[in-house]
Amino acid sequence: MFRILQRFSPVKRRATTLICARYSTGSKEHIDGLVKEKNLVVFMKGTPDAPRCGFSNAVVQILNMHGVEKFDAHNVLEDEDLRQGVKDYSNWPTIPQVYMQGEFLGGCDIMIEMHKNGELIEELKKAGIRSALLDIPEEK
Amino acid sequence: MPYTPAELEEKLRTGLDATHVKIEDLSDGCGAKFSCLTVSSQFEGKALLQRHRLVNGILAEELKTIHAFSQKTLTPQQWESLKQESS
Repeated sequence: MFRILQRFSPVKRRATTLICARYSTGSKEHIDGLVKEKNLVVFMKGTPDAPRCGFSNAVVQILNMHGVEKFDAHNVLEDEDLRQGVKDYSNWPTIPQVYMQGEFLGGCDIMIEMHKNGELIEELKKAGIRSALLDIPEEK
Repeated sequence: MPYTPAELEEKLRTGLDATHVKIEDLSDGCGAKFSCLTVSSQFEGKALLQRHRLVNGILAEELKTIHAFSQKTLTPQQWESLKQESS
């Protein structure tokens, strides 16, 4: 039994390598598939319910503040290929990364800045999302 | 090899003609977590994403090992009004 395994393992290993190279989760094709034609996609550390990094948490909190709770989230800590691949994809060196309708919107700093200056409300509108902040009456 | 705020500041000063750069090391010395303020006239007329990309471009090599990097990018004019607000 052991000998049979030994005999077949090199072939099997090569086959696995080929499959991995072809279907790498970090490839442009794979990430295209994750972000294109999707309204809102976040690549983050941890999950929206349990972020594992302050910057990722900030992005989720900002989206929640605008009433956005439905979005695709991908945990890069579970996938090293994806973690590097998404950085190459957007030519952006850090996680989290937010994509809207296939376009890279920004990381944490940019989301915070756009939240502060009101641009995020406009960006969400472009994606057909009405920010919940518009429904809060302004204090007089 | 950890980076010091001083060498990162120098790179931004030369690379972007930055008139003011302030980098804080938030990593307690391990050199992998920084916050960065850059003031440069090259940011004028550029959206935030493009400004950040300029900074990322200058520090491309360093950012491979720096895992937390938050930044503010201001034009000289924005920087002046910010200083006046806070004084």
